[in-house]
Amino acid sequence: MYGRFHSYDLSVGVDGPGTRFVAFLAGCPLRCLYCHSPDTWNLRNGKLSSVDDVMTEVDKYTQFIRAAGGGFTVSGGEPLLQPRFTTELLAAAKQRQLHTALDTSGFLGDRADDALLAATDLVLLDVKSWHPDTYRQVTGREVAPTLRFARRLAERGTAIWLRFVLVPGLTDRPSNVEGIARFAALLPTVQRVEVLPFHRLGVAKYQVLGIPFPLADTQPPDEALLSRVRGQFAEQGLTVC
Amino acid sequence: MPERDAWRGFAGTTWRTAIDVADFIRHNYTPYTGDGGFLSGPTQRTATLWEDLAGRFAEERARGIYDVDTHHPSTITAFGPGYIDRGRELIVGLQTDAPLRRAIMPAGGLRMVEQGLAAYGYELDPVVRETFSRYRKTHNDAVFDAYTPQILAARRSHIITGLPDAYGRGRIIGDYRRVALYGVDGLVQAKQAERVRLDAVPSTEAIIRDREELAEQLRALDELKIMAASYGFDISGPAHDAREAIQWLYFAYLAAVKETNGAAMSLGRTSTFLDIYLQRDLADGALSEIQAQELIDDFVIKLRLVRFLRTPEYDALFSGDPTWVTEAIGGIGADRRPLVTRTSFRYLQTLYNLGPAPEPNLTVLWSPRLPDGFKRFCAQLSLDTSAIQYENDDLLRPYLGDDTAIACCVSAMRMGRDMQFFGARANLAKALLYAINGGRDEITGAQVTPAFAPIEDDILDYDTVVAAFDRVLAWLAATYVDALNVIHTMHDRYAYERLEMALHDYPVHRFLACGIAGLSVAADSLAAIRYATVKVARDATGLAVDYAVDGEFPRYGNNDDRADAIAVWLVETFMSKLRNQPTYYRGAEPTLSVLTITSNVVYGKHTGNTPDGRRAGEPFAPGANPMNGRDRHGMVAAALSVAKLPYPSARDGISLTNTVTPDGLGHTRQDRITSLVGVLDGYTEAGGYHMNVNVLDKATLQDAMAHPDRYPNLTIRVSGYAVNFVKLTPEQQRDVISRTFHGGL
Repeated sequence: MYGRFHSYDLSVGVDGPGTRFVAFLAGCPLRCLYCHSPDTWNLRNGKLSSVDDVMTEVDKYTQFIRAAGGGFTVSGGEPLLQPRFTTELLAAAKQRQLHTALDTSGFLGDRADDALLAATDLVLLDVKSWHPDTYRQVTGREVAPTLRFARRLAERGTAIWLRFVLVPGLTDRPSNVEGIARFAALLPTVQRVEVLPFHRLGVAKYQVLGIPFPLADTQPPDEALLSRVRGQFAEQGLTVC
Repeated sequence: MPERDAWRGFAGTTWRTAIDVADFIRHNYTPYTGDGGFLSGPTQRTATLWEDLAGRFAEERARGIYDVDTHHPSTITAFGPGYIDRGRELIVGLQTDAPLRRAIMPAGGLRMVEQGLAAYGYELDPVVRETFSRYRKTHNDAVFDAYTPQILAARRSHIITGLPDAYGRGRIIGDYRRVALYGVDGLVQAKQAERVRLDAVPSTEAIIRDREELAEQLRALDELKIMAASYGFDISGPAHDAREAIQWLYFAYLAAVKETNGAAMSLGRTSTFLDIYLQRDLADGALSEIQAQELIDDFVIKLRLVRFLRTPEYDALFSGDPTWVTEAIGGIGADRRPLVTRTSFRYLQTLYNLGPAPEPNLTVLWSPRLPDGFKRFCAQLSLDTSAIQYENDDLLRPYLGDDTAIACCVSAMRMGRDMQFFGARANLAKALLYAINGGRDEITGAQVTPAFAPIEDDILDYDTVVAAFDRVLAWLAATYVDALNVIHTMHDRYAYERLEMALHDYPVHRFLACGIAGLSVAADSLAAIRYATVKVARDATGLAVDYAVDGEFPRYGNNDDRADAIAVWLVETFMSKLRNQPTYYRGAEPTLSVLTITSNVVYGKHTGNTPDGRRAGEPFAPGANPMNGRDRHGMVAAALSVAKLPYPSARDGISLTNTVTPDGLGHTRQDRITSLVGVLDGYTEAGGYHMNVNVLDKATLQDAMAHPDRYPNLTIRVSGYAVNFVKLTPEQQRDVISRTFHGGL
């Protein structure tokens, strides 16, 4: 089984719990305005790699990850653009007794079959927005598939860490946040909500690619805004990070 | 018997009849497996005393030094008692008669003293100058009497740098605990018994020297008592309670730092020892937790006041004014019980009670088997202060046992049994350039090694380069050990550390501690030669001065065996050459460290273009770190590359410095603590030796914005990519700061 593999990273505490091997797959159907990885948008950004190729790298870290606590995360791009490859990577990681996480927008959640989800311990679900028009503005696509995926995960008991990128003037409307928060509160498997402040650190990648960065003039959220938004999630009884 | 009273309630027998502090600890300490919940903050007294010093610290920073006595070369008894505020101090004793007043110690080298004074607008007393130029030879003078032209050439060209030939070698740790446990008279008795054994053997040169040294040690112990008496304490007998134990121990350390201006004047492993006394007093109701912490805080204030007169150049090399009052905390006992006690926590708590500071250099001997509460407390302190370093107790213990301490940064020694002859370091990157250039220096063109044929290929061939490199390394190891033999002969003769050595067993085991700089540059250069195409550019004299690299090559620091194996080969090869020398002064055992502290900058400055693409003058990575920006897969991958370096070939330590933002460890405080504990466990299990953990706070990043020159290697790592902080635009930097520190988690 081969797939388009972009790169990997060893991250700590930011792509699921603990120290994680994060496999970034190439290709994404969304074009989020704040995306910090425009170099992963196209499938052709990735190198054709086999599951064994990737797991050979993973195996250099399995012992460390077991000692440190952590696991394996498939991210992207959008991993569900390559559902079979993703399934096999997650299954291979499970076989090694590693905790597995899928980092996804959920837009292609319908492509995640039961085998894929059976190999997934945790879904890092980036919901992006509640209002369909805002979602469309941010990503160029529809929000409904993500919400459908979230409900399905909850029904089958799959743990979710819900993510929300807070962009001043774009995703910060109280009703937008409120909508996500109320929705999340109804999903029993949501363990935490991560409010990720918008940043512009990916701008150098846009420059290299010769693409204008749409949010070049947008400021990161200030403390007041962040605490308001975190508060909105917390009010719904959610654990907010 | 005063001993019986002083030792009331203590168990065990071996330590009563022989000097054996480790045995005493084993029989009497109380492991603590809880968390930091019991700790108390600073008392009003502590806070006031510490605040009183703040003004003096500020003046010292502004002027370089606060004050200095230019008339009296320091000895254990050179100065009358000194106090910060006599009525408020719990533990007393200063190096001179006033706080922050530095002393001169010309026995190591007169020039260093004169330059140090001149730099701050002082002049040496002419009588002292005359004494140490006309009547009394210094260590520095003596070394240069015996140096060879080869050594001088190697020194001049900076292929060997930082040799302790003009300053005190340091890195000797007296077992200061002995004074508290046995009293000075008990130690005198033991030393006299050693002397009796020596008197029974024929007077060879070595035995005569040993007898003379023992006589000097006894004299130093006597002076220690006199010094303590000047503060109103009789320390001839053992300490009776915790306050006395700390005071006795501190007097012993104080005598060492009055006698010796060593590069690193480390404290040893004292927290669990002192805990036994604190625990006894707490159990008796003689002390409260607040008072126990207050005693430790006061002790640590004293340790933070240790000062030496040094030159600004020396301080630049070592970034600041370091004394390396290193204290090893934690670890696991030979009986598998953790050596963590409440006082291990109390020492660490001083970073909160007195604020973060580099001294004392608190060093946690880490093992995954340490109690969870302690591990989390350490990780939390790293997050809050970045002030702790970690060493792998599981690596150390099989070699050195469970009473091991760290001198300076990473040099491990058994308390009271081992000492080392400190040897700075050799520049491996430059050695590689010498291999290409037939032993000529790439900057000056001077012939430094005996001449051999330079490599004349346009494209460098790996095997050819390695063969020539091997030859340069052989020369370098021989010259290096030769230099250290000279230096330490003279140091023993002219600047012998009487008091520190009085607190060691006889005979002592000696290490000859060699070191290397430029490991990652040399490894990456060799990887480039092997896996890519490296074309040489030569000047008119045929000297290779630049390299063009074509193609991809693996880099050390990515957990990629192709490059990492080269780094391993370098360490093993150089160590095997160090082991292969005809003679080591006093039979010392050669060891190697991969450590630069901050001299990586200076080494880089004196090294030309290298085949890895590094430009002339660019700093090396510190210690065993990969070159900045070349590790592409994150801190864990880099750490695993470093962990491959073989400890048996680098017994003097392998240093890794990690810098992370809080966000790079997780989103919540508890997550970050858990993550950092995990990383330390994983690194330790992988065989990593040492890790500095810098968790940057907002102030640091703001300072880096204002003074980018101070933070050339500051990398901000976010999942997926890394950026060099000082290369970002100010706007981006502000972005990072606001992003990293939002939320106040």
